[in-house]
Amino acid sequence: MPVIDLSNVIFGWGSAKPVLDIPELVVRRGEKVFIRGPSGSGKTTLLGLLGGVLTPSAGHVRVLGTELNSLTAVQRDHFRARHVGFIFQMFNLIPYLSVLDNVTLPLSFASDRLLAVQHSGRSPQEEARRLLGHLGLTDPTLLERPVTGLSIGQQQRVASARALIGSPELVIADEPTSALDFDTRSAFIQLLFSECEAAGSTLLFVSHDRSLESLFDRCLSLQDINRAVGEVH
Amino acid sequence: MSILNLALKSLNNRKTTALLTIFSIAVSVALLLGVERLRVEARNSFTSTVSGTDLVVGARSSPLNLLLYSVFHMGNATNNVTWQTYQELADNDAVAWTIPIALGDSHRGYRVIGTSGDMFTHYRYGDDQTLSFKSGEPFSDLFDVVLGSEVAATLGYDLGQKIVLSHGLESAALQQHDDKPFQVAGILEPTGTPMDRALMISLEGIEALHIDWVNGAAPRPMLAVSAEKVRQMSLEPSSITAYFVGLKSRIAAFRYQRAVNDYAPEALTAILPGVALGELWQLVGSAEKALQVISVMVLVACLVGMLTTILTSLNERRREMSILRSVGARPWHIFALMITESMIYGVAGTALGFAILYGLLFAIQPVLQTSLGLHIAVALPGTFELVLALVIIGCATVLGAIPAWRAYRNSLSDGLTVRL
Ligand SMILES: Nc1ncnc2c1ncn2[C@@H]1O[C@H](COP(=O)(O)OP(=O)(O)OP(=O)(O)O)[C@@H](O)[C@H]1O
Ligand SMILES: [Mg+2]
Repeated sequence: MPVIDLSNVIFGWGSAKPVLDIPELVVRRGEKVFIRGPSGSGKTTLLGLLGGVLTPSAGHVRVLGTELNSLTAVQRDHFRARHVGFIFQMFNLIPYLSVLDNVTLPLSFASDRLLAVQHSGRSPQEEARRLLGHLGLTDPTLLERPVTGLSIGQQQRVASARALIGSPELVIADEPTSALDFDTRSAFIQLLFSECEAAGSTLLFVSHDRSLESLFDRCLSLQDINRAVGEVH
Repeated sequence: MSILNLALKSLNNRKTTALLTIFSIAVSVALLLGVERLRVEARNSFTSTVSGTDLVVGARSSPLNLLLYSVFHMGNATNNVTWQTYQELADNDAVAWTIPIALGDSHRGYRVIGTSGDMFTHYRYGDDQTLSFKSGEPFSDLFDVVLGSEVAATLGYDLGQKIVLSHGLESAALQQHDDKPFQVAGILEPTGTPMDRALMISLEGIEALHIDWVNGAAPRPMLAVSAEKVRQMSLEPSSITAYFVGLKSRIAAFRYQRAVNDYAPEALTAILPGVALGELWQLVGSAEKALQVISVMVLVACLVGMLTTILTSLNERRREMSILRSVGARPWHIFALMITESMIYGVAGTALGFAILYGLLFAIQPVLQTSLGLHIAVALPGTFELVLALVIIGCATVLGAIPAWRAYRNSLSDGLTVRL
C-alpha cells in the first residue's frame, strides 16, 4: 500500500486557474523523495494537500490508505496530528516556549505519538534531548531558553526535532535546509534519514538545493508531474 | 503541555500588555465592589442613625420634617411639645425610656441640643452602640456641655474650655448668651451620626439660658438674671422640641403611635424612624445609583479594552496559530486557547481586584472609623461579591469567544500558510 497516492488532483487558490493539476503521484512506504520546482510553482501547496490542510477541488488524495477527501475537517486535523510531522520553510517555532517545550509540543496534540515515545522507554524530554543532540544542540542552558535566542539555523534544527518526535509515518519538510551551513546541513540530512529509517517513516523533502538530490531515493520535478502551467515568479 | 499552560506561557510572552489589561480589570472590579460596599455601609449607617429608638414624637408636621429636625438637626420645628404633654405621654405603660430634646440654640454653626442624662444611657446608633466618651463625662453641672467629636475636632476644644452659646440658628447677627458661659465636660467618640456635629447641654441649662428672655429677645441689663442667681431658681422646662421613645416591646409601637397622633390636648406626630429613614434614603440615595451605574460602566469599558487587546494581538499571533496547527492543534484547540486567555484575564483581574479592595479596606478602615465614625466591616466576600466575581469572569469568557471565534476562522482559512 503506497503511503501517498494522488490521482487526478486539481487545486486552485480561489477562482484563479488551478495551481496544481496532478494526474498521478505515488510514494511508497519508507521512500525518501526529493521535490524541486521554481518558486511559486506550487510545492508548498502540494505539501498542504498531502497534510490534509488543503482539499483539492477534484481528484483523490490518499495518505496511508486514508482518503483525505472523505474525512471531515476535524478528522483531517486529527489525522495530520497523528501521522504527519511538518518542517516548514521558515519561522515555525513558538517564540515563547523553550527549545524543549517546542520539540515536545506535538505530543500534547497527538496521543499516538506520545505513546510511540513512551514505547521507546524515554520521557518526552529525554526523547527531545536525544533528537536535538543528534542535531548538534546539546548545550543544556540553550535547551531551557526561549527559542527566540537561537540563530535561524538552530531554529530550523529545533523545528526538525519537533517534526520527528513520536515517529510520525510521514515527514514533510519544506525547504528545511535553506538556513543551514554546509556541515550542519549534512548532519541535518543524516539525522532526518536515520530517524526516518529507524521509524520506517516516509520522507517528502522540498528544496532548491540540487546538491542534495543524489542523497534521496527519488527526485521529482513538480513541473514534470503538474499539468497546470504554474504562475512562475 | 495543556492548553492552560500554553495560554499562560503565551501571556507571559506579552507580559506588559497582559499585566496592564489585568490591572485595568482589577481596578474596575475593586471600584465596583468598593462602591457597593460603601453604598451598603452608608445605607446601614444612615438607616441606623437612631437604631435603638422605636418612635420619635414632635409637634404635628410631616414625618419627614420631624425626622429632619429631630434626628438630623436640619430645619426647624413648627411647634413645641409642652412639658406637661411630654410628662403624660412618657408615663405610658408601654414606654421603657424617653430622651427629650430641645433645639433652638447654636454655637458657631453647630446645633445645641438640650437633653437629659438619658441621652447617654439610652441613645443607640449603628449596631446597638451607645454614645461613648473620648474624654470627660456626661454633663452634671448646669453649665456643663458635651461636644460631638466633629465639633471638638473642628473648633479645637478640649475639656474645661469655656464657650458661649448663641441664641438662634443663623450664623449672622446672632445674639450671644455671653452672660452664661458653658464649660466642656465631655467629648464624644465619632459616631458617624448627626451627634458628631452637636453640642449637648441639660434641659435645665437651656431653661437657664432663656429664663430672663422675653418673647425671644435678650433681657434689658437691669432685668438680666446672673449665672449665679439662676442656680437658685426653679428650672423646670416649659416645653421641649421632640422626644425619642424606647418601648418595652416593639409590638406596642403602632398602638403608641396611634395614642400620640390621637392625643387630644395637643396636635402631635409620632414616627417610626426606621421607616422614615428608609424613605429618606430613597430620596438621597439616587446618588448611589449613579455611582453604581458609573462603576458598572467602568467595568464594561475595561472588558471592552480587554477585547480590543486580544483582538489586536490576534494579527501578530496568526503565525503562532498556524504553527500550533501544523504541530497538530485542531481549530478547537485554538478556540480553547483564546477562550482560556480571556478567562485568565477575567480570573486574574477579579482576584487582583478583590486583593486591592481588601487591601484598601484594611488600610482605610481605621481612618474611616476614627474620622467619620463610619464602620466598614472587612468581612469575607458575601453572596453578592461571589456572584459578581462569577459574572465578571463569565463576561470576560463570553467576550473572549469573539476573538476566539476569529482566531478559529483564521486558523481554518490560513491552514498551514505561515503569514507574516
Ligand atoms: N494562501 C494562499 N492564498 C492564495 N494564493 C496562494 C496562497 N498560497 C500560495 N498561493 C499561490 O499559489 C501559488 C503556489 O504557491 P506555493 O507557496 O505553493 O509555491 P512554492 O512552490 O512553495 O514557492 P516557494 O519555492 O517560493 O516556496 C503561488 O502563485 C502563490 O501565489
Ligand atoms: Mg514554498
